[in-house]
Amino acid sequence: MARLLVRGGRVVDPSRNFDGPADVLIENGVVAAIGPKLKAEPKVKVYDAKGLIVAPGLIDMHVHLREPGREDEETVQSGARAAAAGGFTSVNCMPNTDPVIDNASVVRMLRDRAEAVGLVNVYVTGAITKALDGKEISDMGDMVKFGAVAFSDDGRSVMDAEVMRRAMEYVKMLDVPLIVHPEDHSLSRDGQMHEGYYSTLLGLKPIPAQAEEVIVARDIRLAELTKSRVHLTHISTKGSMEMVKIAKLQHIPVTCDVTPHHLTLHDSDCVGYDTNYKVNPPLRGEADVLALRQGLVDGTIDAIASDHAPHAVQEKECEWAYAACGKIGLESTLGVMLTALVKEDVISLPVLIDKLSCAPARLLGLDKTGRGTLSVGSVADITLIDMKREWTVDPSKLQSKSKNTPYGGWELTGRAADVIVGGKLVRL
Amino acid sequence: MSPMLTDGKDLLGIRELSRAHIELILETANSFKEVSGREIKKVPALRGRTVVNLFLEPSTRTRTSFELAAKRLSADVINFSASTSSIVKGESLKDTAATLEAMNADLAIIRHSAAGAAHFLSRVSRLGVVNAGDGAHEHPTQALLDLYTIREKLGRTDGLKIAIVGDIAHSRVARSNILGMTKMGAAVTVVGPPTLIPAEVEGLGCQVSYSLDDVLPEVDVVYLLRLQLERQSESLLPSLREYAGRYGLSERRVGLMNPEALIMHPGPMNRGVEIASEVADMSQAVITEQVANGVAVRMAVLFLLLGGGANG
Amino acid sequence: MGFKVRAKILSADDMDRALTRIAHEVIEKNKGAAALAIIGLRSRGHHLAERLQDKIAAIEPLAQPLGSLDVTFYRDDIGKKLRPEAFQTDIPFDVTDRDIILVDDVLYTGRTVRAALDAIMDFGRPASIQLAVMIDRGHRELPIRADYVGKNIPTAGKEDVRVRLTDIDGVDEVVVGEPDAD
Repeated sequence: MARLLVRGGRVVDPSRNFDGPADVLIENGVVAAIGPKLKAEPKVKVYDAKGLIVAPGLIDMHVHLREPGREDEETVQSGARAAAAGGFTSVNCMPNTDPVIDNASVVRMLRDRAEAVGLVNVYVTGAITKALDGKEISDMGDMVKFGAVAFSDDGRSVMDAEVMRRAMEYVKMLDVPLIVHPEDHSLSRDGQMHEGYYSTLLGLKPIPAQAEEVIVARDIRLAELTKSRVHLTHISTKGSMEMVKIAKLQHIPVTCDVTPHHLTLHDSDCVGYDTNYKVNPPLRGEADVLALRQGLVDGTIDAIASDHAPHAVQEKECEWAYAACGKIGLESTLGVMLTALVKEDVISLPVLIDKLSCAPARLLGLDKTGRGTLSVGSVADITLIDMKREWTVDPSKLQSKSKNTPYGGWELTGRAADVIVGGKLVRL
Repeated sequence: MSPMLTDGKDLLGIRELSRAHIELILETANSFKEVSGREIKKVPALRGRTVVNLFLEPSTRTRTSFELAAKRLSADVINFSASTSSIVKGESLKDTAATLEAMNADLAIIRHSAAGAAHFLSRVSRLGVVNAGDGAHEHPTQALLDLYTIREKLGRTDGLKIAIVGDIAHSRVARSNILGMTKMGAAVTVVGPPTLIPAEVEGLGCQVSYSLDDVLPEVDVVYLLRLQLERQSESLLPSLREYAGRYGLSERRVGLMNPEALIMHPGPMNRGVEIASEVADMSQAVITEQVANGVAVRMAVLFLLLGGGANG
Repeated sequence: MGFKVRAKILSADDMDRALTRIAHEVIEKNKGAAALAIIGLRSRGHHLAERLQDKIAAIEPLAQPLGSLDVTFYRDDIGKKLRPEAFQTDIPFDVTDRDIILVDDVLYTGRTVRAALDAIMDFGRPASIQLAVMIDRGHRELPIRADYVGKNIPTAGKEDVRVRLTDIDGVDEVVVGEPDAD
């Protein structure tokens, strides 16, 4: 019986409002006991967590692992290593691969790959529509059978409102959420950055905030109609925040996440045409960033997700208009959020852990498997955080196969010391 | 290379220049205008230097102007155009830059359809870079030659009222000129239909009007932009006829203007669209002078960036 | 960088006398002033050229054309000491078949004169080019010599010679000194 005692740390578990010194005893991959000064019986390995935060394992509910199809950019293996290095014990990968994850066999293949790799839990989101073309809903029931936890056409919106309505209705029987990338493509066509002073200064084709907000509005109304769970991912504008807030007051089953970059970077950062700042949705203005931060504080925002989007060098080291959208984030999310939000007193540490662990677990239904919490009987997925550790983001030292981060050179305070997945300390 | 300009090796945009930089370029251009009037229109200032015309978007006028400027400074000029270059075969701009560096070129003059291409080239290569137009971003030498022409004709730029008319949203000439003219003390109003005025353009330091007739009586310079005819198919304009009616500079509208005011256009003109044919040939229209001054201004830019001789 | 004066070499009167002498030498050597034209090098040579023109006109009352030349675009060492000022050349006559008197304040390495010769050749084909300088301080790097010299001042090491003119400096004098470190 493999046993591990995590001793001397400060346990922060927002799922049961716990924050205080406690030891955690793990037996056979589950939490066997939590309490002060647990005794280390013989043959129990001890992990010295003195000075560390002991949190339920972090879950990144929005990543791109590029497998299958673009294994030069990322694989399940490299993505899992990046996740572990960044403090994540679980990731949820998006279906815009090649081939698209729109049928049970690709879901199964990925689950098998993840199992072979080990390291962290890799969950799979299937496509809402076949080939992500927005026309016919995919075999969602089959995919759930093989382990899909959500459905999304991430990278684009299902532009046909009728198709979206039917997809929302259909997943109700499967009890999984739809993850909506809100973007009206007729408004964002060929767009290069957020519409405003900086798009004018830089001469880049603008994307109005309303390209996102039009779909946020539509899908909130469709969620009201279908009473189906709709999760809006990487929302980025003040207008979206306002609508989600009102929808929640009206008890419409809508949730949302934001990315660390939309909480920390602005459209003004695009001034040097550094393509690491080219993301979709685009970096927004000052008022939007403030509204998102306010949304974290008042609880409108349920979760933080990285939208980890690895890209090969040649897809970023080129003219802005030709560059791919997206940035990597698995290894910077925790440090950036601790530094920019917790250290700056925007939100507390328990709130951050809720957004990065408890909430994503609930949203993806992983709480039912005992994740996103630390209580007796729950899965022993634990992230150990060193709040005082100072480090500088060095893209060349990242585990991810791709290095497209705008945070290179950022000096951060706080990062994951270790992760424990299913009771096992992960060694990279 | 040169301590003279923007503390660097490049001219990427008017945004990066101070008023003092602009003054220096215009003063230097004055000297080169004299050179261009000589029987032998050539000086050995850039002998041994190699300048590459990297024109990845067709533009005979600007390319020729730069080529002439470089040749009058005795630099060697290589023309590298989109149709002959390997860029169309999928070679990246970065690899092209490496090739040019390996050939010991000193400076690249780049015209590109993507905004920021000159910045990118500057970042990935050791070559000096002159932006000869990048997408809808900037076209700094056009603005400099326009400022030179205005100063030559009106004696000053401070306090002038200038209207820039047309497709502001998609125009690099408009951006560079708004920035340059305001830095040089002029008050700029951009005029055009709301579909062609970009978001928060006032942030660049100009005012906005939708009515050309309202603006014309007050201006010292009316600067007409070339209308790209494809705007009609993008739902930005209903028809060229309607555009010409509202924003074309007709003889009637010239009548609203101060008779001393200048009429400018970066060329090539769509006669009958943004400018009536008779107006283009009026004495207030200084369009050919703009072209002539372009060579002197580009000589000044190349000289200030590369000046120093082969041993410099 | 300042300039520390060690000695005054020529006074205003000395300079005036030297120019008068040079005017006579020019006329003598060229057997009159009929085909003469004077070109001063920017900026001090230009002012000296104006004075020389007046002196010559006082002796031989014929109008000699006067031009000024900036050789920046012909130099082989620009970039090392490029001045942020206008590089104005103004030669309002045809140099072809003229006897050109090229005027500068100090002759040193000869590189400026070399550049000036190239520049003048680009304007046409003069019958001859002769060089007049107020000071020849030696240390030539090219096979160039002056035809008319106000004064020879052999200099050494870090020494520098400055010709000051009322038009620019408010005073006429020639001084020797060295650059001041501060």
